[in-house]
Amino acid sequence: MTFHKVLAVLLLIFGVAGGYFIYISETDANSPWYRPFSLGLDLSGGTHLVYEADVSEVGLGEIDEAMSALKDVIERRVNVFGVSEPLVQVEQVGFGDGASHKLIVELPGVTDVEEALSIISETPVLEFKLEREDGPSQEEINTQVNSVVASASTSSSTVDLTSVLANISDSLYKPSGLSGKYLEKAQVVFAQAGSPGAPQGPSILVNFNNEGAKLLAEITEQNLGKSLAIFLDGELISAPVIQSQISNGEAQITGQFTIDEAKELTRNLNLGALPVPIELDTTQTIGPTLGQAVLEKGLYAGVIGFILLSLFMILWYRLPGVVAVLALIVYTIIILLIFKLVPVTITAAGIAGFILSIGIAVDANILIFERMKEELKDKNKSLTEAITEGFKRAWLPIRDSNLSGIISAVILFWFGTSLIKGFALVLLIGIIVSMFSAITITRTFLLALPVGRGERSKLIELLFGSGFPK
Amino acid sequence: MFVIKYRKIFFGISLVAAALSLGAIGFLGLNLGIDFTGGSIVELNYGADRPEIAELRQALEESDFSEATIQPAGEESIIFRLGALDEGQKEAFIDIVSIGNQEVREDRFSAIGPTLSSELSFRGVIAVILVVLLIVFFIAFVFRGVSRPVSSWVYGGIAIVALLHDVIIPAGIFAVLGHLYGIEIDTLFLTAVLTILGLSVNDTIVVFDRIRENLQKKVSKDFSETVGISLQQTFARSINTSLTVIIVLLALYFLGGTTTREFALVLLIGAFVGTYSSIFLASPLLVAWEKWQKKSNQ
Repeated sequence: MTFHKVLAVLLLIFGVAGGYFIYISETDANSPWYRPFSLGLDLSGGTHLVYEADVSEVGLGEIDEAMSALKDVIERRVNVFGVSEPLVQVEQVGFGDGASHKLIVELPGVTDVEEALSIISETPVLEFKLEREDGPSQEEINTQVNSVVASASTSSSTVDLTSVLANISDSLYKPSGLSGKYLEKAQVVFAQAGSPGAPQGPSILVNFNNEGAKLLAEITEQNLGKSLAIFLDGELISAPVIQSQISNGEAQITGQFTIDEAKELTRNLNLGALPVPIELDTTQTIGPTLGQAVLEKGLYAGVIGFILLSLFMILWYRLPGVVAVLALIVYTIIILLIFKLVPVTITAAGIAGFILSIGIAVDANILIFERMKEELKDKNKSLTEAITEGFKRAWLPIRDSNLSGIISAVILFWFGTSLIKGFALVLLIGIIVSMFSAITITRTFLLALPVGRGERSKLIELLFGSGFPK
Repeated sequence: MFVIKYRKIFFGISLVAAALSLGAIGFLGLNLGIDFTGGSIVELNYGADRPEIAELRQALEESDFSEATIQPAGEESIIFRLGALDEGQKEAFIDIVSIGNQEVREDRFSAIGPTLSSELSFRGVIAVILVVLLIVFFIAFVFRGVSRPVSSWVYGGIAIVALLHDVIIPAGIFAVLGHLYGIEIDTLFLTAVLTILGLSVNDTIVVFDRIRENLQKKVSKDFSETVGISLQQTFARSINTSLTVIIVLLALYFLGGTTTREFALVLLIGAFVGTYSSIFLASPLLVAWEKWQKKSNQ
C-alpha cells in the first residue's frame, strides 16, 4: 500500500515535470531545453518530390549501388542550397526486373516548386563526343540551317531551335562513352600570362578516375587528329583536336568562360553528375498557411475530444473514471515526450492517429473497470482483492486485442507512403504505450487510493459503481 | 441472450447492408482520387472575395482545362482537380482561375504521376490481404487452446467474415457519397480501412476471449448459452469502448482540419459497423457454425 502511494506520487511528479518540459521546450526559444516538435511537410509547408529512376542501363546487381550513389549526389545538391533538414531517400517497389526505383526528396519550407526542381536538376551533364567520319559537310549544315531559317520566317509556327541544333550536333558527333560519370574532380585553371597559344581567360581542368582515364587514353589513342567535342547540358563548349594520346586522365575544357561562370561550372561538376537518369513523377506542395490551419484545428479537436472523453469516463465510472483520466493525462505526456525526443515527425494524419489512440487507450481501462465491477459483485471480496483480480483477468484480452492492432499498424507502416507512415507510427506507439499505461499507471493510482482494506462501506460502493444507479 | 436468440434477424441486417454496399460499389463505382489515378490538385485561397463556382467554370470552359472539377473548401478556398500538370501548365492554370481583385494564394499543389499512383493501388491491395491473413493466423494461434466444440480456425475464419463486413459497408457508403457529393477515395481512405481492420478485430477478440474463458470454466453445457453469457458480460465494455472512440472521432470530424475530415468519417462509420459486427455478427456466427456442425455430424 505504501509502495503504491510512493509510486503514485512519483508518477504525478513525472507527469507535472514532463508537462512542464513539453511546454518549455516548445515555447521558450532561449531555454537550453528548446526542442520543438518536428512537423511534417503537410503541417509546416514545403515540397515533396518523387522521381522515378531509369535503371534500365544498370546491371541488376549494381542497382542498389547506383541508387545509393544517386541519393548521395542529390543530398549534396540539396545541402549546398541550404534547405533546412531536407530528406532524401530511395525506395524500391517490387523485385527483380519489374521493380521500380524511386527517389523521394522532401524540402521543408520550399514552396516554390520551380526553385525546388532547379535545386535537384542543377548539375550539368558533361559529355565527350567524337567527330563522325560520315558527318555532313559545312555546306550541308549551312543548307539545313538556311531551310530552317526560311521556314521560320514564312510559317507562323514557332521553331524549336534547340532541337534543330541538337539534330545537327548529333549528325556531327557520336558519343564516345566518356562522360561526367567518370569525373573525379574539376577545377578552374588560368592560362599563364604571356604564354604563347594559351587560351584566354579561365578554363576548366577535369580529372577522371581510373576507369575514365583508361577510356580517355583509348579514345585519344584511336582517334588522333580528330576532334573530341565537349558538351555541357547538350551544348557544345569546345571541340579541341586530339593532338596526342592523353594517358594521365586529365582534360582541359577551354571556352569563353567568365571567371564566375567557370567557378560555378566547376562547382556543379564537382557536385556530381547523376549516375542514373531520373524523371519527375509526383510533385506535392503545401503552403505554410494551410499547414498551420490544419495543425491548429487538429490540436483543438484533440483537446476537445480529450475533455469530452474525460467527462464520459468520470460520469460513467466515477472514482475509477477519475483515475483513468489521470492515467490518460500521463499517457498523453509520455506520447508527447516520445514525439519530441525520438523525434517523431508529426503529420496531419499523425495528429488524427494520436487523437484516435486516445480513444483506444481508454479501452484497456474500460476492460479492467468492467472486470472489477464483476468481481465486486462478490460481496466477500475486499476492494483491493477486486482490483487485483480485475487487472489479472483483463490482461489476456488486453494483450490479444492490442496485438491485432499492432499487426495492422506494422503493415500500414510497411505499406505507407510518408503520409501513412506518420499515421502508422503514431498509432503503433500509441497502442504500445497505452498497454503500459493502462496496466501500470491506472493500477498504481487505484491501489494508492486510501480506500479498499477492510469493510466496504456504502460510499465505496457508490464511488466504484458505474453507470446509472439501478 | 437476445442477440443469440434473434441472430437470424441480425444476420439479415448485415447481409442486406453488405449487399446494398456491394451493389453501390458495383453500379456507382468507387470515386478514386488522384492518389490512385494520377492527376493534379490545386488548392487556391482567394481571401474574402472568392469568385462564384459558375464564374470559374465559365473561365475554364474556354481554356484547355475544361475538364477540371471545382470544389469549394472552407470559407475562402477552392480545390481544383484535373489531369497531370507540370510546373508551366500549373502557372497557366492559376492565371486563368485568378478572378477577382485580390491576390490568389497557392496553398497546395499535388501532381501525382503514374508511377506513384499505380504503385499505391498495388501496395494497398497487398496490405489489405496481408492484414487479413495475418489476423486469421493470429486468432487461430491465440485460440489454439479451444478446439471444442468449434476449432480455433473457425474463430479466425469468422473474424475475417466480420472484417470483410466492416470494410465493405464503409466502402459502399463512400461509393454513394462519391456519387452524390464527389467525395474521393484517397490514400487516407485506405489508411482508415486498414485501421478499421485493426479496431474491429480488437472488439471481436475481446468477446472471443470471454467465450474461451467461459468454455474453460464450463459455465454452461450448451455452447449457444455460453456464447450468450459471454456476450452479456462483454456488452458494456464493447459499447463503452466504441463510444470513447466515437467521441474523439466526432471531435476530429467537426473540429479537425479539412485534410482529415473524410478520414474521420470513414473511421466513424468503421467504428460503428465494427462494434455491430463483433456483437451481432461474429459471436452469433460461432453459434450458427456449431449448430450446423452438430447437424451434419448426425
